[in-house]
Amino acid sequence: MYLMWKSSELEIGYIRGEGPGGGAWPFWLSAIMLICTALITYNAGRRTSPPSRSTEPVLDAEGRKMLVQVFGGVFVFVALTGIISMYGAMMVFLFYYLWFLGRHTLFLSLLISVLTPVVFFVFFEALMRVTLPKGMRFTEPFFNMLNTIIY
Amino acid sequence: MEILGHLLDGLAQASQPINLLLIMIGVVLGLFIGMMPGLGSVNGVAILLPITFLVPPASAIIFLAAIYYGAMYGGAISSITLGIPGASTAVATTFDGRPLALKGRASLALVTAAIASFAGGTVSIVLFTMFAPPLASVALSFGPPEIFALMLLAFATFVGLGGDDIPKTVLSICLGLVLAAVGFDEISGEPRLVLFDISGFLHGINFLVLAIGIYGIGEMLWTIDTTRGKVTTTEARMTFKGVIADTKECLTKGWKGMSIGSLLGFFVGILPAAGATPGSLMAYGVAKLTSRDPNSFGKGNVDGVAAPEAANNSASTGSMLPMITLGIPGSPTTAILLGGMVIWGLTPGPRLFTDEPEFVWGLIGSFYVSNLFALLINLSFIPLFIWMLRMPFTILAAMIFVLSIVGGYAATMDMHDVWLMLLFGLGGFFLRKFEYPVAPAVLAIVLGPIAEPTLRQSLLLSSGDLSIFFTRPIAGPITVIAIVLILLPLFKLLRNKSRGSSTAGA
Repeated sequence: MYLMWKSSELEIGYIRGEGPGGGAWPFWLSAIMLICTALITYNAGRRTSPPSRSTEPVLDAEGRKMLVQVFGGVFVFVALTGIISMYGAMMVFLFYYLWFLGRHTLFLSLLISVLTPVVFFVFFEALMRVTLPKGMRFTEPFFNMLNTIIY
Repeated sequence: MEILGHLLDGLAQASQPINLLLIMIGVVLGLFIGMMPGLGSVNGVAILLPITFLVPPASAIIFLAAIYYGAMYGGAISSITLGIPGASTAVATTFDGRPLALKGRASLALVTAAIASFAGGTVSIVLFTMFAPPLASVALSFGPPEIFALMLLAFATFVGLGGDDIPKTVLSICLGLVLAAVGFDEISGEPRLVLFDISGFLHGINFLVLAIGIYGIGEMLWTIDTTRGKVTTTEARMTFKGVIADTKECLTKGWKGMSIGSLLGFFVGILPAAGATPGSLMAYGVAKLTSRDPNSFGKGNVDGVAAPEAANNSASTGSMLPMITLGIPGSPTTAILLGGMVIWGLTPGPRLFTDEPEFVWGLIGSFYVSNLFALLINLSFIPLFIWMLRMPFTILAAMIFVLSIVGGYAATMDMHDVWLMLLFGLGGFFLRKFEYPVAPAVLAIVLGPIAEPTLRQSLLLSSGDLSIFFTRPIAGPITVIAIVLILLPLFKLLRNKSRGSSTAGA
C-alpha cells in the first residue's frame, strides 16, 4: 500500500511546465520532487524509514470506517451545498454527525443543528453582508422571506 | 527614545475599545483552541482568518496575534489536566506538568504554566521591540537577490534542522511551491499549470484553502483517528489563597527554568523552521541539563513546567520578528498571518515599518496588552476551562468541520476552492499518516509567490548568472549558510556511515 501511494506520487512529479521562462520554475521544482520521490521509494524499499518498517496497516478497519463516516459526511455536506444551500447542508451534516456518529440525545442534536445555521446566517448575511451559496432555485422563496426580515 | 515614542503610540492604539475587545475575545478563543487536543494556534488562526476581512488590518492582526498568544497559554491546561498536549507546542509541558497533577499539585502546575508563559512573553516582547526596528532598517536595502537568498535560507532551515525525513521535507516544500505556481505566470501573463484544464485553477490556489484543508479538516480526521475519543481529566481545585501560595512557590522554584525558556525560546523562535515546539523541547532539555537535580525532571519538577511554557510563548513572539521585518514567517502560524497580511493589502517586509507604522506598532503594543490579558483570563478562568474540556469531542469536531467549510468558502467565494480544500484535507491526513511533514508545504505556498519573482528578477539583473547570489555582500553569506544547512544532513549521514564502518571494522 505504501508503494502504491508512492507510484501515484510519481505522476504528480511529472507535471511539466510550459516551455522556458514561465514554466521553468515549476519544471525544476517538479524535477526535484521526482528525485525526492525516487529517494523516498528507495528508502521505503530498503525499509529504513520508520513508517515503512512498521508492519501495521496504515488504516485498520476502525480507521477506515471512521474515514468513510466522517470524511463521507463532510463530502456530502459540500455536495449538498449546491442543492439545498450551505445553511441547509450544514443542518443536515450537524444532525448526522451529532446524532448518528456522536450518539448524543435527539434533543441536543436537533438543538445544535438548527441553532448553528441560524447563528451563521445572522452573522454572515445580516452582520457581515457576505452571501453564502443558496443552492438551487427552489430555496429562493425561503431565503427571500429571511432576507426581508434582516434587511 | 524614538522607539519608546512609537511604542507608546502602539500601546495607545492597542488600548482602543475595539482592539481591547478583540484582544479579549482572541485570548479567550485562543485559550480554548490551545486547550483542545488536536487544535493549536495554527488551526485557530487558519480557520478564523477569513472572518477578519471585515475589520481594519491592524485590528485583524491584533485579534489573530491574541489567538496565537492565548493558544500558547491554553496548550498547557490540557497537558496538565488531561496528560495529552492541547497543542504540539505544549508537548514538553506534559513531561513534568502531568506528574505534578497526578501528585495532586495540578493547581501549582497550572499557575506555574501561566506565570512562566507571561514571563516568556514579556521578555520576548522587550527583545522584539529592541531588535525589530534595526533589523528592519538593514532589511530595507534588500534587493531581489537578498530576498531570494532569505527564502532559500527559510527552506534550508527546514531541511537542515527539521529532523524529519529529508527527502520528504524537500518534497513537501516543492509541493507547496508548485501549488503556489498554479494560475498565471506573473511575468509573461500566460496561464500555467491549469490542472486538468479546470477553469477554477486559473485564479491560482489560495494559501488559505491549503491551510484550512490541512489544519482544519486533515488535522481533525487525524485527531479522531488517533484518539478515538478516549480522554480522562484530572480535577484541579483553585482558590485565591492557593493561587497566591502557588505563585510564590513557582517564582522561587521555577525562576531558572523561566529565564532559560524565555531567552532560548526567543532565539529559536526566530529561526524559520524551528518555532515554538522545538523551542519548548530545547528549553526543557537545557533546564534539565543545567539543573542541580536532573533526576527530578519527569517526576514533577517546577522548572520542567516553567522552561517549556516560557519558551513556547517566547518563541511565538520570536517567530513574528522575521515575519514583520523580513517578510519571512518563523512558524506555520506566522506563515498564515503573513498570507493574511497579503490579503489585507499589506506588503510584509521591511517597508512595513516606514509605510505602515500604525499597523506595526499597534501590533507590538497589542503583544504587551494581550500577554497581560492572557495571564489574567487564564488564572481566573482555569476552573471554567477545565469544565469545558469535558465537552464531548464529537460536538467540537462537527463545529470545526462546519467552520472550516464556511471559512474556506468565505475566503474566496468559490465552491471550486471548497472542493479543493476537502482534497487537501484528505491529502493532509494521509501525509501525516505516512509521516510527511506538512508545515513546509504551507510555508512554501505562502513564500512561493515571493520566491519565484525574486529569483527571476535576480537572474534578469545578472542576465542568467547564478553567481549574483554569492557575490553581493548580504546575499552571499546568506546563500552560503543556506547551502551549508541543506548539505548538513548529508554530512551527518556520511559521518555516521564512516563511524558505522569503523566500528564494524573494529
